[in-house]
Amino acid sequence: MTATTTPAAPGVGELAPAPRRPKGRFSAARTVRYAILLFSLVIVLIPVYVLLVTSFKGPGDATPTRAWALPQLWIADNWITAWDTLAPAIGRTLQMVIPASIISAFLGSMNGFVLSRWSFRGANVVFTLILFGMFIPYQAVMIPLNQIVLDIGLPNGVPTLILLHVIYGIPITTLIFRNYYESVPHELIEAARMDGAGMLRTYAWVVLPISIPSFVVVLIWQFTSAWNDFLFAVFFSTPNTGPVTVALNNLANGAQLQNYGVSMAGALFASLPTLLVYIILGKYFVGGLMSGSVKG
Amino acid sequence: MKTIKRWGPPVLLLTPSMILMAVFVYGLIVANFATSATDNHTAAQATGVQPTVFVGIGNYLDLLASDAFQHSLKNLLLYTVVFLVGTMVIGFMWAWLLERPMRGEGIFRSVYLFPMAVSFIASGVVWRWLLNSNEGEQALGLNRLFQMVGLDFLQNPWWNNITWGIAAIALPAIWQLSGYVMALFLAGFRGVPVELREAGRMDGASEWQVYRHVIFPQLSPVALSALIIIGHMSLKAFDLIMSISKPSNYQTKVPAVDMYVFKSSFDYANSAAVGAILLIIVAVLVIPYLIYTNRKEVSGR
Amino acid sequence: MRRIGVVATAAAIGLALTACSGGGDGGGDGDEGGGGGTDVEVFTWWAAGSELTGLEALEAVFAEQHPDFTFVNGAVAGGAGSAAKDLLQTRLQAGDPPDTFQAHAGAELTDYIAAGQLEDVSDLYTEFGLTDAFPQDLIDLLTVDGNIYSVPSNIHRSNVVWANPTVLESAGIDPAAVPADIDAWIADLETVQATGVTALSVATTWTQVHLLETVLMADLGAEAYIGLWNGETDWTGAEVTGALEHFETLMSFTNTDRDGLDWPEATQMVIDGTAAYNVMGDWAVAAFEEQGVERGAGFVDFPVPGSDGQFGFLADSFTLPVGAPNPDGATAWLETVGSLEGQVAFNQAKGSIPARTDADPADFSEYQQSAIESYANDAIVPSLAHGAASPIAVLNAVSDATSKFTTGGSDLATYQQELAAAVG
Repeated sequence: MTATTTPAAPGVGELAPAPRRPKGRFSAARTVRYAILLFSLVIVLIPVYVLLVTSFKGPGDATPTRAWALPQLWIADNWITAWDTLAPAIGRTLQMVIPASIISAFLGSMNGFVLSRWSFRGANVVFTLILFGMFIPYQAVMIPLNQIVLDIGLPNGVPTLILLHVIYGIPITTLIFRNYYESVPHELIEAARMDGAGMLRTYAWVVLPISIPSFVVVLIWQFTSAWNDFLFAVFFSTPNTGPVTVALNNLANGAQLQNYGVSMAGALFASLPTLLVYIILGKYFVGGLMSGSVKG
Repeated sequence: MKTIKRWGPPVLLLTPSMILMAVFVYGLIVANFATSATDNHTAAQATGVQPTVFVGIGNYLDLLASDAFQHSLKNLLLYTVVFLVGTMVIGFMWAWLLERPMRGEGIFRSVYLFPMAVSFIASGVVWRWLLNSNEGEQALGLNRLFQMVGLDFLQNPWWNNITWGIAAIALPAIWQLSGYVMALFLAGFRGVPVELREAGRMDGASEWQVYRHVIFPQLSPVALSALIIIGHMSLKAFDLIMSISKPSNYQTKVPAVDMYVFKSSFDYANSAAVGAILLIIVAVLVIPYLIYTNRKEVSGR
Repeated sequence: MRRIGVVATAAAIGLALTACSGGGDGGGDGDEGGGGGTDVEVFTWWAAGSELTGLEALEAVFAEQHPDFTFVNGAVAGGAGSAAKDLLQTRLQAGDPPDTFQAHAGAELTDYIAAGQLEDVSDLYTEFGLTDAFPQDLIDLLTVDGNIYSVPSNIHRSNVVWANPTVLESAGIDPAAVPADIDAWIADLETVQATGVTALSVATTWTQVHLLETVLMADLGAEAYIGLWNGETDWTGAEVTGALEHFETLMSFTNTDRDGLDWPEATQMVIDGTAAYNVMGDWAVAAFEEQGVERGAGFVDFPVPGSDGQFGFLADSFTLPVGAPNPDGATAWLETVGSLEGQVAFNQAKGSIPARTDADPADFSEYQQSAIESYANDAIVPSLAHGAASPIAVLNAVSDATSKFTTGGSDLATYQQELAAAVG
């Protein structure tokens, strides 16, 4: 794949706009275009409507006939219950996600730097071998992984999950950093080399400081994927020790009487951090997505 | 001396990751194949109290011959097809419609894209409600909505259908990832050099012909990336199924769910074999792609 | 110089490892329950509702009887015990067992026994006088090759129908008249269905297996039903075919969204009057009582038609794992679990009945009294859906076959073959 975007490149909106055709055509095509886009918008927002409306409904307000109606009484009980149930899990998720993102970002940056700048024979093979780790279905390592985690003796839950997110985050973080460093002007690093700085020093003093944009992208990426992970979480933790996805699944799908109001409020709590990241840092988020894939 | 100076630092920086990858990716894949080739089907064997015996590809043959696993594979295929076609068609359409700057573009883009920030587990909570299979008076969710807008005939049991049920699980997945595909295509559209378009127009091509013959061909690498990414994500059906259906429901079984169920009942050999089969499926798809990408980069330098 | 390279590499590996473990420590909340000399870690999936209340009641009795030991609650929430079982599996494999853990009594223990993870506690039965306190039928079900591996804390009955009398009356059925057998019940179900209400509510796969087991009890009778599990009854025989036909008919009366529900929602349908009947274990009584629905006026219960005289049995029990850090504490816990005082306190809170036959029925609710009575008099038969009748692997295979059948993935003949293969 040819490099079309750089990871730290601005989001879609910031890309070169296409040439504008003369204005003033009230064509049918234009109307149809808006109609389709608006219709899609409504469809995409339907689940959001359901989530919000149901989360404010009282128990008697959730009958089939009133399923799509607004609440008769707007009640915050569901939100309180959901928060009480999920707050500890959200705390654990933060404990897990923050170190996991930071460590894997550093590992990725070291790898990316080496693989893009100090190309040695076989660098490409090493890169491809690392990259393959991004595509493996984790089911294919789960049984022996279970054993090795037992052997290491890490307690179930947060510590184990940090380790796993760090390890299995290496491919994607390496990819993003490598692509970024490929786009850094050669002269910058060559200049440092001329000064006689060794590789490690070059990395620490020249490369790291200019890597901030990439770090942001990688941290966002790792943060969201670790936050949203369920597979590792369900194999290596319980609702008592695990992150919010496991706790939410237990809340919504456990053996208790199903309460859609509470489940939906819980789903919103569980999604808020990633949604906030998306809203505040959306530009980088898109950049991160693109670098992770367009350049595959 | 010189060699060390040249080789030492890169090796130093790469080593931690290379060791981790070697052990946790490649080492474990080998170990997994080893487990899948034994008769490790019981708790006593899983815990090492009783010995296991090498059975070669016996577990694979048994799995592939069983109705239940064939059903899982068929479900995975159907899910992948619906998921791929859905996200590609919708994502491409959105990108195409948004390709030229327009009023409200940013809002459309953001709304289409936001679902992918949400976990499958969280979105599953809503979709579980939307995809409720009751019809008529007890209908909830989408079936109720269909009644309200006079489209009663659209009511259906969603995921509670033995043959097509799994396709309903693909709906939330399409909802979540169409925006992502849109973003990829949008980047592709904007990456097409202006001169190319202009040249096309100069030649007297109609707007449609410009798209058809100039722009679309430029998008094929993006389409390939999107196919690979989405195709490999279809394995994540696991999260959605756990959250919308239940692991024991036959109609929504896929290999990832089988793997989980086998593991929970101490059947490590079959669990490992299912994982290995998934790996083989992915490898067949991804390895050619990686090699192709790698070659292209080398030749591009 | 080369040596430096090697040293540097080694240092890098070291760094990587400390980075990992450092991160690990950062989030570690420890998993050290039961490590101390007096701590007794009791591992259960009783984390909420009446189960939690029961556990707390038992803890209070334990504190009284064994003040030297400290109860440590190792409850794991989630998935009706599946999360707990997964974690337990991991801990046993890692050689880190709790001091005692909850498990369904009966065949479900087979896996743990085969894996050498449980101590034989039959000596404790003699020591604590449990051999006489428990009914002989129960002791037989618990005994594996002459050994006993757990002490039951409570008994539940599986073959109970819960019905909404208002719904029945409006369909013209007398709630007090209990159908004599499955055929008679099916006639009633047809009558109810004609009124437009869901006749029989059921939930996801395991509740369907639960329904299946009660139909097998009803159609085969106690002896032949027990024979299904010890090989004396032929799974491919005509009797089983007849029962499966009944099961198929019963499933046709059920709600279409069943696979998305768990038992509380199915029982709730009876409470709400959107369904007439539900077959569920007698923990369902708690759901009625919690919502102030009274026995008689608000709900009626009776054994699944045709299974009168049988007590579909399942029990929670506690074990002594091999390598428990505090075996004395675990033994003390087992003594409390088996004691009259412990059983009464626990079961009053949980809504189940004591495994001991010497408890005073007057201490219990009206429903519990009726259950105590039939426990004392009826034939005790093991529940399939709750691990009393068969090991987990068999239950899983039966569940798969059942889910396949009820979603239309196989016909009755195939279903019967698959069941036979699963158990055989």
